[in-house]
Parts: sequence; C-alpha cells; structure tokens
Amino acid sequence: MTALAIDARGLCKSFAGRVAVSNAAIQMPRGEVWGFLGPNGSGKTTTVRMLCGLLKPDAGEGACLGHDILTQTDAIKRETGYMTQKFSFWEDLSIRENLDFVARLYDMDNRRARVGKAIENLGLGHRQHQLAGMLSGGCKQRMALAACILHDPKLLLLDEPTAGVDPQARREFWEEIHRLSEQGLTVLVATHYMDEAERCDRIVYIAHGKMIARGTVGEVIAASHLVTRIAEGEGARHLAAEIGGKPGVEHAAFFGAALHISGQDGGALDAALAPIAGNPACGGARRNRALRMYSSI
Amino acid sequence: MRGFSSVRMIAVMLKEFVQMRRDRLTFGMIIGIPVLQLLLFGFAINNDPKGLPTAVQVRDESVYVRSLLKAIENTGYFVFTAQVHSEREAALLLDQGRVSFVITVPEDFSRRLMRGERPQVLVEADASDPSASVNAIAALSRLEMTALSHDLKGALAPASPSGAPIELRIQRRYNPEGISAYNIVPDLLGVILTMTMILITGLSVTRETERGTMENLLAMPLTPAEVMLGKIVPYVLIGYIQVAFTLLGARFVFHVPMLGSMWLLALALALFIAANLSVGFTFSTLARNQLQAMQMTFFFFLPSILLSGFMFPFRGMPGWAQSIGEILPLTHFLRAVRGILLKGNGWVEVWPHLWPLLIFLTLVSTLALSRYRRTLD
Repeated sequence: MTALAIDARGLCKSFAGRVAVSNAAIQMPRGEVWGFLGPNGSGKTTTVRMLCGLLKPDAGEGACLGHDILTQTDAIKRETGYMTQKFSFWEDLSIRENLDFVARLYDMDNRRARVGKAIENLGLGHRQHQLAGMLSGGCKQRMALAACILHDPKLLLLDEPTAGVDPQARREFWEEIHRLSEQGLTVLVATHYMDEAERCDRIVYIAHGKMIARGTVGEVIAASHLVTRIAEGEGARHLAAEIGGKPGVEHAAFFGAALHISGQDGGALDAALAPIAGNPACGGARRNRALRMYSSI
Repeated sequence: MRGFSSVRMIAVMLKEFVQMRRDRLTFGMIIGIPVLQLLLFGFAINNDPKGLPTAVQVRDESVYVRSLLKAIENTGYFVFTAQVHSEREAALLLDQGRVSFVITVPEDFSRRLMRGERPQVLVEADASDPSASVNAIAALSRLEMTALSHDLKGALAPASPSGAPIELRIQRRYNPEGISAYNIVPDLLGVILTMTMILITGLSVTRETERGTMENLLAMPLTPAEVMLGKIVPYVLIGYIQVAFTLLGARFVFHVPMLGSMWLLALALALFIAANLSVGFTFSTLARNQLQAMQMTFFFFLPSILLSGFMFPFRGMPGWAQSIGEILPLTHFLRAVRGILLKGNGWVEVWPHLWPLLIFLTLVSTLALSRYRRTLD
C-alpha cells in the first residue's frame, strides 16, 4: 500500500483546443482532508474527473490509491467515492431505491442491512420511500454523500458538494466529512469557499488550469504576500469605487458589510488609503484572507 | 407595453434562427426529410412492380408453348428466373419467396389446344403481399385471348371468336381471397416494434446523459456491456408484450391465419427486437439529448417503412432502393413473419431471412459498444 492516496504529475487536458488543465500535480497522503480551491472554470472538476477515471488525460501520469489512472480505472472506481457537482442520482427513484441500486452496482454483501443503516445514519428513515427529486437541496446532498460512501471507499472526491446548500446544512456536512476523515477516509473537496478550505488540512489552489499554490491555509496566505486593510462602518459602502483604481490597491471587495482592500505592498496600500484614513469608516489592518487571491492572481 | 411590437417579435425570430443554427441535427432533419422523401417516393416507390421473378414448369415443348411464354414475358410483369421439374421444387421456391409466380404448362397442352379443348395453364401466385401481384394477375387474364392469336389461324382459329383458346387458371397461394389484413397485420408487428424499440432504448440512455446521471453511472464500476444489456433486456420483455397484443388482435379480431410454428416466430422476434434495440442504443450514443434520439429514430423509421416492402411492394423498387432495403432489419423480418404466419414456413425456409438479422445485430451491437463512452470525453 502506497502512502499517497493520490500521486499524479503533469496532468493536461484540453477540450476542443481550449486548455482546461495544464501540468497539474497532486501528491496527497492518505487520511487527510484537502481542499481544492479555485474559481469557476479553473479546472477543478476536470482534474477531479481525471483522477477518478471519468476523463482520460491528454498527457501526464498518476496513480489513485496505487492504481494507474490511465489503465486501472475500474479498480479506482471500486475504491473511490465521487460526488458530482450536480445532483446525479435518479430523481425518479426513491431514496432507498437509489441506495439499493448503488449497492447492487458495487456487488455488496448484506445489501439490505447496509442500505438500511445508511438511511438510518442519514436520519431519513421516515422518508426513505420519497422520490429523490422531491427532496430539498440539503437532503439531496446528504443522500448523495451517503450513496458515495455506501461501498466504504478509501478515497472520497467531492466536487463542490455544498453549492446551493444553506449554512446550517453546510456546517453539518463538514462535521460529517471530519467524522469520516477520523475513520481513515481520504477526502479531496473542490470548493469555492474559503471558510471550507480553512477546515482542510491542506489546500491546493488552481486558477486558469494551473496549480499555483499549495500548502496549509496559513502557508498559502503567507506565500501570496498580500496585505489587507479593512474598512467598516456606515461610509464603507461608498468607498469601493473611490479606492478601487488607486496605486497599490489590487483588489477591493466586500465581505458582509466590511470592505476588504488588499495589495502586495503594504506601504503603497496605506499611502493610497491615507486620504480616507480619517474617515470613521476605516478600521485597522486585519489578517489576510486567501479568498482575496481570486482576483489578485 | 400590451401592444404588438415588431422589435420584440424580431428579437424572438432572431433568437430562433440562432438556436436553429446551433442545433445542427434538427437543421439537418429540416433539409434531409424532404430530400429523403422526394428520393424515396419519386424514384424508389413503385406501386406497379414489374419484372417479378417467375418459375416455369414446362412439360410440353412446342411452338405454342414458346409463344405463350414469350407473350407472358412481354407483358413486362414476369421474368423467368427458374426452370423447375417438380411440384415440390416449385412449392419450395414460392415458400421461400424466391419467386412470385410459378407457371405450369401441362404435357397435353398442345394436343388439347389443337383439338380446341381450351387447355389450362396453371399460374400459382404468391398472394401473401396482394398489392405486389394484383397488376401482374390482371395482365395475365388479358393474355387468354391474345397470346396465341398469331399461331392460331385458319383451321386452328378458335371456333367461336368470343371464346379464348386457352385458360390461364390463377391460383392465389397463401391468401386466396386477397384479404389485405392478412398481410398488413403481421407486418404491423414489425412496424410497431421498429418504432417503439428504437425510440425507447434511444431515450433511456440519452435520458441519463441529459439528466446528468450518466456521470454517476460512469463513476461506478460498470462495463459498457453491463449497461447495454441491462438497458436492453427490460425492453425485450416490453417488445414481447406488444407482440402478444398484436398477435391476439390478429388472431381474434382479424382472423389472420397462423400456420407456422410459434417457436420459430418467437425466435425471429427475439432477433428482430434485439436488432432494433441495438440501433436504439447506437443512436443514444450519438444523440446529445432525448429530442435528437427521437429525430434519429424517425430518420431510421422512414426508410424502414417505405423500403422494406411494408407500404410498397419490395420488388417494385429499383436496384439501389432494394439494396438499401436489404440492409434494414424490417425487410427481413417482414419476409420471415409472412412466411411463418401465412405460408406455414419452417426453419429451412425462414433461415434465409434470419441470418441477415443476425449479421445486422452483430455489426450494430459492436458499433454501439465501441461508441459507448466509458469516460465523459
């Protein structure tokens, strides 16, 4: 058994001449939870699909759970759980029928009992005969997760699992991920959300098909050399347009009511902000948040 | 805001054109269907088939017989393709559908002709497809008077000018009364199955793609053969249910004769259903959505009903159209089902219609399996 759950190098993939992923590499140890961070269209989904055998890389090589991603995709599929970005279970089957179908595909023994247990864990025992299409977004996503881990995979690949799910359900979802991780499951989560990435052991940041940063959340933030000032208060809402184009300001965006103003050069940033420093809306420097990288890269 | 605005209407119009241009297949259908229909109806379809293969059994070689046969051939409806020497041989050719007519001239034909005894010539016609033989039979009946008029002059001239010198006895085999339901109802079996089987498999696979569940199927350990068989077998059963209804209707409502073995029919049906399902599966690997799968089905269905001999006599079509028809499973199935139900054909006579289905099934399934993508590429 290799120590790495995922060990891929030089993965490239283009669609009709458009490069989706170029030269991606991931070396991910077993048992960790990794965040795969990047904006829409950055190549997260393509990379995940290449890892689980759904897409054939144009170039590159790698292994997933010790199986070659080019030639041993069947073995990978048996030991991996992959949760697609869009809900991809059968909406015209009930919860139980969906899980039952998956269990049969993996040729599981004790099928009835294991499906029953999964439904019980989901807390959907009383709704097991409801059609999956009738479930709320949060329930669908929990059902999808239950179906993906039904066959006790060693590696779980989640592609934006919490898109369109309310904050409460997101929190519960992550608690479940950590529970699974403690049981030894390796989890790679593609996500847009920095707060989710912060719950991961490490993050890999991808943009325009290229992996540009990796490490713990702290390391990635430090490597970005960004300094951020935060403006809060009543006047903050009107500041964004005023500050946006000034030298030293690379990015200004709101998070909640607070305007986060970032740049790589702290001195220049402060100089730019000096004229409005007297403004009661402006607060002090705060710690960086990596989300800023979205537009700074 | 309530009034009609040409700007808004034009906006919708432009959007339609843009979408039409994006959907190449629909655009292809808009152009392709009229062209296809024009070609098929204009060139391929012929309600008055000529040159029908005919076997002759001549037991009396004489100048009169030669003139008679010449006259028959000159109508244009008959082409002598075989010389047979026994009833059995003749019956086999008719049973297999290799000839449409058998003309038997008895040994005492010339003698009785000269005695003015109005000798009979037996014409057995394959009436399992009445529309194919009706004009040819009509042409024959005119020949009684005229065929030998050059040879019978002077003393041999018929005693009374109104009476014909010979009698052409026409025997319609397999469907003596020419009841069209006998021919159409078994055929419908093939047409219904072609339509529904292709459509239903085409849709069932494209539905997975369209709803995004295909990605999930592919992410799980499933082989293409498992998916294909798993998708096809339920519809084979549906196909048999359709068959059961059609056959019950044929038997009890239309009183269609069912002479042959039902086991043989079940075998022919199994091959035919599987062949159609494999076409549907192939379409589903090509189509990007359910609408496209439906359009492809229609594109296959049209030549199937026009060129298979269902709507128009197969032998009336020109060579190129017959070659296309020979590729279609429906053509062979129609021959098999007519043979089994109306002619009481057995294994030997039906086998020539079954192996083409088998080849079709093998080729198309191979194509379907090779086209089935195991990845999302």
